[in-house]
Amino acid sequence: MKRRLDELTIALRAAREFADGSVVNLGYGMPGLCANFIPEGRTVFFQSENGMLGYGGLATDAEKDYEMINASDQPVTPSPGMCFFDSASSFDMIRGGHVDVVVLGAYQVSAKGDLANWGRPGRPATGMGGGMDLATGAGRVIATMLHTTKEGEPRIVKNCTFPLTAKQCVSLIITDLAVIEVTREGLVLKEIAPGWTVQEIQSLTEARLEPAADLKEIEL
Amino acid sequence: MTINKIFRSCEEAVADVFHGATIMVGGFGSFGGLPIDLIIALANQRAKNLTVIANMGGVGFELSKRIKPEGYHDLGILFEKGQVKKFIGSVPALGGMPPTSPIERLYNEGKVEIEMVPQGTLAERIRCAAGGLGGFYTPVGIGTVVEEDKEKKVIGGKEYILELPLTADFALIKAHKADTLGNLVYRKTARCFNPVMAMAAKVTIVEVDWLVPVGELDPEVIVTPHVYVHRIVEVPK
Repeated sequence: MKRRLDELTIALRAAREFADGSVVNLGYGMPGLCANFIPEGRTVFFQSENGMLGYGGLATDAEKDYEMINASDQPVTPSPGMCFFDSASSFDMIRGGHVDVVVLGAYQVSAKGDLANWGRPGRPATGMGGGMDLATGAGRVIATMLHTTKEGEPRIVKNCTFPLTAKQCVSLIITDLAVIEVTREGLVLKEIAPGWTVQEIQSLTEARLEPAADLKEIEL
Repeated sequence: MTINKIFRSCEEAVADVFHGATIMVGGFGSFGGLPIDLIIALANQRAKNLTVIANMGGVGFELSKRIKPEGYHDLGILFEKGQVKKFIGSVPALGGMPPTSPIERLYNEGKVEIEMVPQGTLAERIRCAAGGLGGFYTPVGIGTVVEEDKEKKVIGGKEYILELPLTADFALIKAHKADTLGNLVYRKTARCFNPVMAMAAKVTIVEVDWLVPVGELDPEVIVTPHVYVHRIVEVPK
């Protein structure tokens, strides 16, 4: 069976990267879904750049409080030990390296791990939000994205053509087709979606992929 | 003491906002900490050629219906009314929304100027002004459009950009409780940009859910000391 992973499955795969006790920031859009997939037995502290550490999952309609929202304007639930702070303190936390992992959406990632996730042709008024601060300051940057554009053009490219968020910041790329590690030597293909071949993934990727010695299927 | 910071209405509290003023507006996005009653009062007051400093440009009433079917007002109303000359912030428009927010339409028509600032840099530029500093060096934006035309410096082998302070004539702030002196506490994520903006403007105007007598707030939990607050309006929620 050959198919592309849906957004929930990409989020599920990304959430497996969260170590027990880590501080994790989830970017706008698809990354926010990771909040509902914490691996069993692990504690993760979600940081939200609008000034909150240690929230629970996304709120149901009955639980909604619009004065308790994540950075995607979605109401979230409380969790014991959570705390609130202002935007300036929040970005001290982010720039100062106190956030272990950030998951960000991406329009493009380059062979060197450059990230482009905020501007695209025809939309000059969309902003970078906290993406540049997070990509620069977080311990580890995971990019979750669709492998190609709607037109089938590669989004994992030799060099980004869209405006950059930060240079050489991404360490892991998780797409609807593959899990790719960014190394000094280039991109290493670690996992592929069920039913796909290395050649097929490479043909949809502009940057060169080096298959890992222990290349495997993404576990669903 | 004869100082009275209490105003009876948002309209009175923003009455002297002048054409060409620079205004900070607290909050984060469309909800949670946006001083919406002060924003609407400013929209009705009709001051023009404003420079607005805020995290997000607002989606405006039409696009808001995609989020809440009944629709709501946010910062977009100042753009809908054509009051803004320049916007300084980190998310003028949302990439996940159609390009029809009031700010994005005006920008594409060449009718509003935008200065795009990374969110943490925005908060820190405001804090610099609040604390009387001349600027700061940050690694955020190196290798991107943000570094264009800015002084760069290598410190400890790492490259940084010089960013300069941001101040304002007025700050519009949302807090949960104020005492009559102007000490403020916030509620949950409605804190966000409010405390730092409250400290950085010449005139800080606050709308609060509850106004309480002096002595009612625990001094240990006050976030914004009263010295930064000039006008208070109670808008019970």
